[in-house]
Amino acid sequence: MSTSRLLTQEFEYFAPHTLKEALDLLYKYKDEEVKILAGGTDLLVKMKTLDMKIDYLINLKEIPELKAVETNNQGLKIGATVPLSQLERREIIKEKYPALYEGIKSMAAIAIRNMATLPGNICNASPAGDTIPPLMVYEAQLRIVSKEGERLVPVEDFLRGVGETIIRKEELVSQVIIPAPPSNSGSAFSKKSRVKADIAKINLAIWLEREGKTCKDARIVLGSVFIKALRAKRAEGLLKGEMVSKELLTQVARQAAEEIKPIDDVRSTAEYRTTLARVMVEDTLKLAWERAGGELEG
Amino acid sequence: MMEEYPIELTINGEKIVSTAKAEESLLRFLRRHGFYEVKGGCEKGDCGTCTVIMNGKAIKSCITLAGQANGKEILTVRGLEKEESGRKLQESFVQHGAIQCGFCTAGMLMTAKAYLDENHQPNKVEIRKAISGNLCRCTGYKKIVEAIYAVAEENQKSK
Ligand SMILES: Cc1cc2nc3c(=O)[nH]c(=O)nc-3n(C[C@H](O)[C@H](O)[C@H](O)COP(=O)(O)OP(=O)(O)OC[C@H]3O[C@@H](n4cnc5c(N)ncnc54)[C@H](O)[C@@H]3O)c2cc1C
Ligand code: FES
Ligand code: FES
Repeated sequence: MSTSRLLTQEFEYFAPHTLKEALDLLYKYKDEEVKILAGGTDLLVKMKTLDMKIDYLINLKEIPELKAVETNNQGLKIGATVPLSQLERREIIKEKYPALYEGIKSMAAIAIRNMATLPGNICNASPAGDTIPPLMVYEAQLRIVSKEGERLVPVEDFLRGVGETIIRKEELVSQVIIPAPPSNSGSAFSKKSRVKADIAKINLAIWLEREGKTCKDARIVLGSVFIKALRAKRAEGLLKGEMVSKELLTQVARQAAEEIKPIDDVRSTAEYRTTLARVMVEDTLKLAWERAGGELEG
Repeated sequence: MMEEYPIELTINGEKIVSTAKAEESLLRFLRRHGFYEVKGGCEKGDCGTCTVIMNGKAIKSCITLAGQANGKEILTVRGLEKEESGRKLQESFVQHGAIQCGFCTAGMLMTAKAYLDENHQPNKVEIRKAISGNLCRCTGYKKIVEAIYAVAEENQKSK
């Protein structure tokens, strides 16, 4: 039995000080109920409110190797346990990855962001996760490590459905790798929720690359509308290689709204979401295009 | 299992050496050690009344394990009066009538303190955002925002 007030189940707790130790523990307990703890802002709430069986809990936050942020002209490498509040304070995130900056700022209150991490948001795999659409439009990859080796997986391929990812029990995400966006590109995030800093009804991120008056490349990702964040590929196709005008952006927004598969849930109906998505996509397209240095006539 | 883990942390400057079960939240740990000024409300991260400062950052102690606070420095509202910035906030809350039933106050003060330590010239809209994770059923927030703003303004002047 679980209540919302106390954690009632018993488990063993580990706070390893090296990555190797953490990987050895995961490997040792891979056939049992072992869970990784980062900020705990999703996991501890779930443990209190749902019946979750956990035998071994491994806290990653005491591992120095996972706390680093590396930047170079290739891009950004963010250690797994860097708190979101630290990321939002970095000039480079605000300047070069505004959609990620805006996504993080839209999340919860500061006391949550002081604990919460990017891999926690991704691995929790909520369709409404606010860092997911931004990371997808920047083509971010996850470095996934285990005792036996490592692999790089794009965020897009990592997610499978509600609460489902491709990670194996003996693995953990050690780094989020975001390539440097080319110059002449622009991006933006938008979210509509019941009240400010709440779980999204719809969230989305858009990234555009500009060449003169043409849109060279585009990525549009919407969250909360399907079992996982979704790329509006046909809408992207309408933009690529085309001269950008207000009419075109309206058309692209309509296509994106048709393309997504909205779900009815306790937070809104599908029809409401479709209309909302169209308006939000259009506004965000305009903002991303402006940020890419583009102008809009007509 | 049922094992207890050693925990060593500093609370309001005082070193505490103790043990905790793996599943004990920091909130429960603090109350078990007599820090009753830390209140439990929703116990799932929504209301903010359990907010304490851990290594300079506001956190919600109900969704933090005692184990996660091992080796850290915790400040509760009782520790506020030892610091000038904390005392000023407490006085301003009283002067502005920002306290009614008082249930949210401890958490509100901790959020405000951590926020003002990092943000020196906030406007009222920013303050409102900063306390958005702390619910108050009584005051309608206006007086709380004013109380925090007054301290921010005073800090500005005294520089
Ligand atoms: C009051 C409140 C408001 C919130 N508001 C929002 C919001 O507006 N938007 C939003 O998107 N989210 C919101 N959240 C959810 C949560 O804060 C975020 O999803 C956060 O990013 C989770 O990160 P964490 O480090 O706390 O994850 P944890 O809770 O520690 O972990 C979450 C899951 O990921 C796994 N995991 C964590 N790190 C790793 C790793 N490195 N490798 C492998 N697996 C890992 C854990 O095992 C667990 O299953 C809110 C939560 C609360 C309590
Ligand atoms: S008791 Fe911790 S947020 Fe409500
Ligand atoms: S004063 Fe009563 S809840 Fe805030």
